Amino acid sequence: MTTQKNERQKYVEVNNLKKHFKVGRNAYLRAVDDVSFYIYKGETFGLVGESGCGKSTTGRTIIRLYDATAGEVLIDGVNVHAKKSRAELKDLNKKVQMIFQDPYASLNPRMTVKDIIAEGIDVHNIAKSKKERDERVYHLLETVGLNREHANRYPHEFSGGQRQRIGIARALAVDPEFIICDEPISALDVSIQAQVVNLLEKLQKERGLTYLFIAHDLSMVKHISDRVGVMYLGKMTEVAESDELYDNPLHPYTQALLSAIPVPDPDYERTRERIILEGDVPSPVNPPSGCRFRTRCPFATEVCAQVTPRWTEQRKDHWVACHLYDDEYKGNFNR
Amino acid sequence: MSVVNDNITLDMFQPAQISADESDRISAPSIGFWKDAWLRLRKNKAAVVGLFFIVLIVIMAIVAPMLSKYGIDDQDVVNRQNLYPRIPGLEWLGFDGKDSTGMDTYELNGVKQNFWFGTDELGRDIWVRVWAGTRISLIIALIASIGDCLIGVAYGGISAYYGGLVDNVMQRVIEILAGIPNLVLIILFILWLGGGMTSIILALIISGWIGMARIVRGQVLKLKNQEFVLASRTLGSSDQRIIWKHLIPNVLGQIIITLMFTIPGAIFFEAFLSFIGLGIPAPAASLGSLNQAGFENLQIYPYMALFPALILSILMISFNLLADGLRDAFDPRMRK
Ligand SMILES: Nc1ncnc2c1ncn2[C@@H]1O[C@H](COP(=O)(O)OP(=O)(O)OP(=O)(O)O)[C@@H](O)[C@H]1O
Ligand SMILES: [Mg+2]
Repeated sequence: MTTQKNERQKYVEVNNLKKHFKVGRNAYLRAVDDVSFYIYKGETFGLVGESGCGKSTTGRTIIRLYDATAGEVLIDGVNVHAKKSRAELKDLNKKVQMIFQDPYASLNPRMTVKDIIAEGIDVHNIAKSKKERDERVYHLLETVGLNREHANRYPHEFSGGQRQRIGIARALAVDPEFIICDEPISALDVSIQAQVVNLLEKLQKERGLTYLFIAHDLSMVKHISDRVGVMYLGKMTEVAESDELYDNPLHPYTQALLSAIPVPDPDYERTRERIILEGDVPSPVNPPSGCRFRTRCPFATEVCAQVTPRWTEQRKDHWVACHLYDDEYKGNFNR
Repeated sequence: MSVVNDNITLDMFQPAQISADESDRISAPSIGFWKDAWLRLRKNKAAVVGLFFIVLIVIMAIVAPMLSKYGIDDQDVVNRQNLYPRIPGLEWLGFDGKDSTGMDTYELNGVKQNFWFGTDELGRDIWVRVWAGTRISLIIALIASIGDCLIGVAYGGISAYYGGLVDNVMQRVIEILAGIPNLVLIILFILWLGGGMTSIILALIISGWIGMARIVRGQVLKLKNQEFVLASRTLGSSDQRIIWKHLIPNVLGQIIITLMFTIPGAIFFEAFLSFIGLGIPAPAASLGSLNQAGFENLQIYPYMALFPALILSILMISFNLLADGLRDAFDPRMRK
């Protein structure tokens, strides 16, 4: 696979995307600030970062739940945020779906499971008769490992893992190509997490799905993703193939995150050096000048406060935004 | 303290067979939201009592006036003026037709039949007037509350759903309206339109919808960013579909609870307006105007105030008990 990388098709392209929320008179919360990355067709792209760094906002802006402040999103060559006819919008809504974080808030408590799953079928008039609609729902239920007797029940009768699978069935109903999974397993027990992840992987294999997998836990993402992006305070700090990112992290923030993951080797654990991050995450309303991470970065110098790091491709498919690797500023650091 | 039991041997145990299929089975019967709420409401004794009295009073308001051969305005000042209540079987409770001096008012006037609630100074049957008055009070309260509900839900829903500038402007309008004292507004309104049912209903709606609008707005604000609404949006649902399939069904419980609290409010306000003379014009009656008539004669003919006051009180308490019970029954935190 690696040799064919050049020919792989970019399915999603996010270019300089910004999403700012107005939070007061002349005060803006920069939830997503100038983020660029791309996702190849058929792969899983993991997006990680601390709580509040803008992962969900990125996902929601990609599918037009939020209007972008600036920048563009191309999905299969189509500009998501451009003006669209009804038909084009519906087409986009069928192609791109989302699975949500909270299994208790993502299903309407007043609807039966059948109506929840059939929502996409109803909106897009996919089924020609009531019988076909039922058959599709039963099939979807079985696809996600539930059985058809569950169709007439209400969400509160299910466990978290079962609810999450209902959410997956709802997304699958419109036969999407690209699914944004917004922390789909964070709210579940560890034993159930594996079930849901396996289901997602199985579906990907069967249907050739492309995933944007959002999580806040690097170790979990490594297992699932082909490539990983790390976000910090509304900015993308590093993107690389997952093995490359783990073996060869470039950005100090990624290095710090990785050093926090315990390694199952007691000798190594005893001797290795941990990078401990100091201080708190600054407010996204008033982020630090220059590099967002400089207030907590062990290598920070004056140049980090003055110049915003460039988003550059250091190696093939390994992007990073840090002055440490920028030929122009490298000299300012004595490492 | 341990129980010694040597009889348990290894071969008595069998590995449990649980397939993934089996563990996903749900055995309890499926219960929807409304059925669940009804089951919970039924367990609440006070609410059931409230519901019982409401149903009883509503039925009486419909059929009771027909049980008497007199109409609401059949006067006879010669033969049956100011008869005391006489209820066969309840004489021991004081409903024996005798006045405070022990004189039998029926014998004095030579009346054979019984007037259960007595008659007033024009000889009208109070039984008929009380139940017909209850009927009018209920109709006024019901129409006014439904009007409150329609305007409040539409106003609050639009304000919250579209948000931003729309919300801002609509909320400022509400604040201005809420700043004007209710009574001033209503009195001006009735002076302008004259007394009568329509103007009372309109006056009640004008001052009543604001509460409903605020509650619906709060609920919709909370709901519209819930993940199930976002999921529906991702599937390409229209605003209409989101409002009717996702928002309204989830606010409906709150709307019903609020409605149950506004109805007694409206009943009482109507009674109050009639009491100060701004209500239903004679000869029609409402609970308020009957109470007022009873109040004027309280020292001479105390029975005249008894029945309208009793029914008004029972009605108010019952609605409040029922509303309280509904609030508990609809509360998702009560769900096991
Ligand atoms: N609708 C909104 N209006 C204003 N601010 C918002 C809104 N949605 C998100 N934010 C803010 O944007 C920032 C990023 O939020 P986001 O939900 O994208 O974070 P996240 O990375 O998904 O975090 P988590 O891991 O907790 O889900 C946060 O500071 C949040 O408070
Ligand atoms: Mg999130």
